Amino acid sequence: MTWVRQLLAIDRRIIFLLVGAGAALPLLFPLNLPVAVTPRVRAAYDAIDALPPGSKVLLSMDYEPDIMAELFPMSVAVLRHCFRKHVQVIAMTLYPAGTGLGERAISTAAKAEGAVLNRDYAWLGYKSGFQVVMIGIGENLRGMYPVDFYGTPLDSIPVTRHVNSYAQLQMVINLSGSSAADYWIQFAQGRYHAPLVIGCTAVMATDYYPYLSSKQLLGLIGGMKGAAEYERLIDTFGDARRGMDAQSLVHLIVVGLVIVGNAALFISKRSGGDGGGPASGSMTR
Amino acid sequence: MTLQTWIAAFLTLCVFSFLYKDNPFYRFAEHLFVGAAAGYLLAVQWQNVLIPNVWTPLLHDHKLVVLIPLALGLMMLARAWDKGAGIARWSLAFYVGIYSGVAIPGYMQAQIFAQLADAAKPFAPGWGAVNSALVLVGLLTVLAYFFFSAPHKGVHGAGARVGIYFLMVAFGASFGYTVMARVSLLIARVQFLLRDWLHVLPGP
Amino acid sequence: MRRGPLLLTFLSGAAIAALFFIPHYRAQAANSMLLEWTLVVYAFALILGSISLWNSHARKVRNRAEGWGFSVVTLVSLLAITALGVWKGVGEGTPVDWIYNTVNSPLASTMFALLAFVIASAAFRAFRARSVEATLLLVTAIVMMIGRVSIGELISHRLPGITEWLLDVPNLAAKRAIAIGVGLGAVSTALKIILGIERSYLGRS
Repeated sequence: MTWVRQLLAIDRRIIFLLVGAGAALPLLFPLNLPVAVTPRVRAAYDAIDALPPGSKVLLSMDYEPDIMAELFPMSVAVLRHCFRKHVQVIAMTLYPAGTGLGERAISTAAKAEGAVLNRDYAWLGYKSGFQVVMIGIGENLRGMYPVDFYGTPLDSIPVTRHVNSYAQLQMVINLSGSSAADYWIQFAQGRYHAPLVIGCTAVMATDYYPYLSSKQLLGLIGGMKGAAEYERLIDTFGDARRGMDAQSLVHLIVVGLVIVGNAALFISKRSGGDGGGPASGSMTR
Repeated sequence: MTLQTWIAAFLTLCVFSFLYKDNPFYRFAEHLFVGAAAGYLLAVQWQNVLIPNVWTPLLHDHKLVVLIPLALGLMMLARAWDKGAGIARWSLAFYVGIYSGVAIPGYMQAQIFAQLADAAKPFAPGWGAVNSALVLVGLLTVLAYFFFSAPHKGVHGAGARVGIYFLMVAFGASFGYTVMARVSLLIARVQFLLRDWLHVLPGP
Repeated sequence: MRRGPLLLTFLSGAAIAALFFIPHYRAQAANSMLLEWTLVVYAFALILGSISLWNSHARKVRNRAEGWGFSVVTLVSLLAITALGVWKGVGEGTPVDWIYNTVNSPLASTMFALLAFVIASAAFRAFRARSVEATLLLVTAIVMMIGRVSIGELISHRLPGITEWLLDVPNLAAKRAIAIGVGLGAVSTALKIILGIERSYLGRS
């Protein structure tokens, strides 16, 4: 079957072109497909929604620009939800290059919801050392952060005035693309028993299901899709929801490629060919 | 349209040009990335670790205790020369010791005990019991697969076989999510090119 | 000549593990201090890595090896950004912050975005249902890829539920076993290191 062999030996650049078009076309011509909300994202939403007005949460946005596609829209959505519910947010980052992003996420959400610095939220900025900071907050917040990002002493900020450790916080929310999430589970939740919600990149999301079952996590927001679900729950239309049509189309293309590849292999085998063994399976061809 | 957007777009296209074939633009971007990433890391470590944890305590607060981590750090640099490996070993010993000590209670509490406790809880009522039973079977069989001290034969072998099936489903789920993550990053880059650079998409 | 470093590993590891269980604030202050020391050692380890990177590329330039011009790009960017960062800082509004957002950020995210293309190509060429195990992996991946996005809901309203079950039952079971296995492995390796049984990290004598 010559055509099967030709199909299996197709130039990889045709596949790349397909994927590129799949990502670009729905952005240019959006269909606005509905975004279904999954239970774990709803659990995260419900946990934050159930906080009474005036509650205080610690939000650590532990990511840098390379994965902001997934976590920045998530940060804005979670912050907007908190501000809407009059939940006070103490925000920080454990990544140096996350400082600008965190500040931008807060100002975007605050502008949209009319939140005010120091009255509705505090911005502590960047501090180096995952475990050091997590233990430091557990023992003495002021020891770790005597002043906020702008140099204001924490005692002069209404949001942080009576907060000295996790005990005065109703929840910790970590939005992360690294092992920082594991350390928040080990220290903030495991050691100081703070209620914890995690938002992470999609790559990491499936690893955290055991912690949901054991109630170490109250909710999980996974990747750009999770962010899109959260945007839908708070009834906004951000970058995550805008990207969901493209996400669907590229997924369809990848699935189509898998099916075509396997069908070609099947046909080739039945007609006595080798069907493209490992040698023809090179992804760099 | 700022200079920053144009440079970012040019570098984005340099990297994407690799999809056609390896070329000097991609190699330029690749080498620039390596140098810029290492330089940025060094600068951040200087500003956020060495200044607040060594420079300021030593010169302003006269805390001599910081000489200990400073000495350990400088000893680490001895590794740059073959003859310095013995000196660098002390720094490595301290670092590995600390993180081994951190790992013991952290993993025990958050990963081992908490997960075992949840695995040993009574089954959910009704149909949920089937799922609870499946989770328990999956846990035990995957653990059986990871137990390499005995040959995978007989009941142990059969258990390990079932465990592999559970693992394959989990890896399939991870693969699906990994595709999702990488596609999301691609979408964001395309959004950047079409919206911020070419202005053919409406703003956020 | 390893007895001294081994003793240091034992003392530092045992001390930090013991401090975890002592809630007194002095114990926690000591805990934090030791962890801060590791940050300093880590910073020097990064400097060591950069020295190694520098040496490797400088050698290429000296020998005029193939592609030495690209090595100049690496050397110049490494030196320039380090110097600017040490001189002007890395916070918002600094030159390094500008460079990070203009150079590092798009390069890093585009490098990762390349993987979307590579995964698609690999899925076509190498993702084969050659055995029961591979078929299980393949079918689950397909169901997840379709069922977790909007199109899945349109194809069948049951698909999202199936993906949720896959994540909540078989995935949870396997990931829990891996978490417990990793946890036990990490704890036993840590104990072996602290007790001096595992010494390979110190290299050859």
